[in-house]
Amino acid sequence: MSSKNTVLWEKTKSFLLKNTMVIALVLVYLFFVARSEGRMFLPQNINNLIMQNSYVVILAVGMLLCILTGGNIDLSVGATVCLVGAIAGVLMVNLGWNIYLVMVLCLLVGIAIGVWQGFWIAYVRIPPFIVTLAGMLLFRGLAQAILGGLTISGFSEEYLAIFNNYVNIPALDGGAIKYSSIIFGVICCAIFIVSAIWSNITKKRKGYNAEKPASLYTKIILLCSIVMLLMYKLSKYKGIPYILLWLIGIVAIYTYITAKTTFGRHFYALGGNEKATKLSGINTNRIYFMAYVNVSFLSALAALVVAARFTSANPAAGTNYELDAIGSCFIGGASAYGGIGKVSGVVVGAVLMGVLNLGMNIIGVDSNFQKVVKGLVLLVAVIFDVVSKRRAVKSFV
Amino acid sequence: MSDHILEMRHITKEFPGVKALDDVSLEVRRGEIHALVGENGAGKSTLMNVLSGIYPFGSYSGEIVYDGKVCHFQKIRDSEKSGIVIIHQELALVPYLSIAENMFLGNERGSAVNIDWNETYAKADELLAIVGLKESSHTLIKDLGIGKQQLVEIAKALSKNVKLLILDEPTASLNESDSMKLLNLLKDFKNHGVTSIIISHKLNEIAYVADQITIIRDGTVIETLDMAEQQVDEARIIRGMVGRELTNRFPARVPHVQDEVVLEVENWSVQHTLYSDRTVVDDVSFKLKKGEVVGIAGLMGAGRTEFAMSIFGKSYGNSIRGTLKIHGKEVALSNEREAIKHGLAYVTEDRKGNGLILTNPIRVNTTLARLDKVSHRHVIDLDLEHKVAVAMKEKLGVKSPTVEQDVGNLSGGNQQKVLLAKWMFAEPDIMILDEPTRGIDVGAKYEIYCIINDLVAAGKSVVMISSEMPEVLGMCDRIYVMSQGKIVGEMDAKSATQERIMSSILSVNKGA
Repeated sequence: MSSKNTVLWEKTKSFLLKNTMVIALVLVYLFFVARSEGRMFLPQNINNLIMQNSYVVILAVGMLLCILTGGNIDLSVGATVCLVGAIAGVLMVNLGWNIYLVMVLCLLVGIAIGVWQGFWIAYVRIPPFIVTLAGMLLFRGLAQAILGGLTISGFSEEYLAIFNNYVNIPALDGGAIKYSSIIFGVICCAIFIVSAIWSNITKKRKGYNAEKPASLYTKIILLCSIVMLLMYKLSKYKGIPYILLWLIGIVAIYTYITAKTTFGRHFYALGGNEKATKLSGINTNRIYFMAYVNVSFLSALAALVVAARFTSANPAAGTNYELDAIGSCFIGGASAYGGIGKVSGVVVGAVLMGVLNLGMNIIGVDSNFQKVVKGLVLLVAVIFDVVSKRRAVKSFV
Repeated sequence: MSDHILEMRHITKEFPGVKALDDVSLEVRRGEIHALVGENGAGKSTLMNVLSGIYPFGSYSGEIVYDGKVCHFQKIRDSEKSGIVIIHQELALVPYLSIAENMFLGNERGSAVNIDWNETYAKADELLAIVGLKESSHTLIKDLGIGKQQLVEIAKALSKNVKLLILDEPTASLNESDSMKLLNLLKDFKNHGVTSIIISHKLNEIAYVADQITIIRDGTVIETLDMAEQQVDEARIIRGMVGRELTNRFPARVPHVQDEVVLEVENWSVQHTLYSDRTVVDDVSFKLKKGEVVGIAGLMGAGRTEFAMSIFGKSYGNSIRGTLKIHGKEVALSNEREAIKHGLAYVTEDRKGNGLILTNPIRVNTTLARLDKVSHRHVIDLDLEHKVAVAMKEKLGVKSPTVEQDVGNLSGGNQQKVLLAKWMFAEPDIMILDEPTRGIDVGAKYEIYCIINDLVAAGKSVVMISSEMPEVLGMCDRIYVMSQGKIVGEMDAKSATQERIMSSILSVNKGA
């Protein structure tokens, strides 16, 4: 092989390795599109994909911060979702309290749960697995006690609208095609293009390694076409669901926190080497504490979303949600030893899980067998991650 | 004289982008002690990994002839079967198993479903007697010191009927007397027909023990010296290693000591973290002046690291007592953050375990202790961070293409420089360097000494904890000697000698 070809091959290989999960996601998606005779690609199903997986994304982002601290997981998120949902149901439906007041109270309950668990984990150093396993039983039990084993339904329309409605601007969205979503897509793309080019220019001006134009433009074109395709599909259904805006907001905030703030950096440092982090003057106990406060806070938010989506609070809500969240993180490239993982990766992981669920439902795979497939995907994803990293390390030395 | 137990011919081993070994040939005579020396990253360990089958046959080019036969080792087991045993720098013993269990791990006596424990322990005791370790083979590894663990590793090698023993920096973490014991043991083995290859940075030990020395630099063999034929001293070896005459192993020093006392510790006592009835630092008083390099000499386990860490925001120890004054003002530092705020920095002896985040790039490691310096309101300015990391990398001469390289991929000397960069970036007034040159080569050591000199020239003060006496003598203005948790001597560097330091250490041992 000539050296030019080798270089090209090395580049392709590193690109493939870096974006394995994105490529896997695209392939899996195309597979289901083909097997479902295109139904997977219908606007309604794309809308369902977003609606069904919103809670997974929220929980997975919270779980990521826990995993970053050293592969620690939170088993109690599903139970927290159930407990907070139950409180919301009792206060809003049974007692008829103001919905916004109740939402704030629910988030505060989430924080309180996080403080409770975080205290034991960070300051008393009880292993997270045990604290959150206890929490899983504790909060589920409390939720069932509050609900008395019954389902509360009848949330007000006003509340449901916050999460379940669609953007509807009468002037734009009167017809069959909701133009607001296309306009929103164009604005997103414009912001992305301008910021990407702008940051590249500043990098060049300050004399840092700027991205090569070819790879920059490919990235821009790829991302913009995905966004526009998604928005086009949504425009043919009911437009942009509110929940998508919530998700974009949450993902944007946490991407920023993990990538750009000292607070976020401390999580990666802690997971990479706790002793070195402590000796660098960083309060490691506080980081553990914040990880668990945060995951419970996001669980409470997910609980509000889930209650709205099912229009009820029931004693079985949130069952196995922790497993979806943990799975999304590991499929999305988070290291099981901590210190490695990105919010964007976790979103890809969550969407991949969602695509599998939806796709298998559409083509009618037996629900028992669905679990087998999901289990295997999780295992294969982590095996691939570990093995490819081991190769990379070996080939360097 | 041509009875070679091992001939490695024209070995070339490439990693993507790097030629780690370039046409290396090595001949080892039967029954000799053959030393391999070279700077870090020269390719010594790679060569030994090729020999022992860690890099399987086919991943390198060239030929290995061992005991008259061409060998194609696919894995470590293959080479062990033919009597080649490698003992790595990082010992591979299981702490909660006994000596005997460790010795026969993977090589159990009896059958796979019925281990013969009587034979295991009897055989283990026999081998322990040979290596001169007076411990029961039932003792758990965790209860042994590092020197004794090294002996267990050697006994383990003997249990495999070793013919060629390879030791990678066996004395790196041993004190002088344990090192001596080990080297004499190797000489003893030689008389019993065991051939050894020893990799080491400690040139005096090599001069003492080796029959032949092969010097490797940048993946090629520079020369092989036969100790019987010529007079070889340390300077001669260093010249081969670095390709230049290092007439002076320490840079010239101009004293910068001023009168102001920046750090003063009085009656400092610390209890062990786990066993609080054990006093590890006992009534220590200590002074450091502005612009001064103060050394703390002593043997391993003397309590020097514990002392330093207890000063640095109580990062070690229980019920710490005593007063600590910085710039004449008494302070109570309750955590590491406070210590950094007061201008202290502690550069750990254990760069991999306590110092660096190996899975993160140089950039992140550089700024970790003072992220606030590159951020506004907790938002990191990534461009600025990149810039300062590049500046520190160039200032200290870290060899790496970019600052985005993960620290785990760097050589020991470069990792040490990144660690120093991290703490210099924190701009402390007082830097405590704990074994700053452990496990790094002569060239990098010299560069680190230069950095220390620059620091004191800039008005900083340095505490240097070191087990290498020539280094303490060569670099410090004043020396404290510590033993068994106490300061047992204080001397001016001009009047200090290795003998004086050693005798003050020993005087306490006699007393106790």
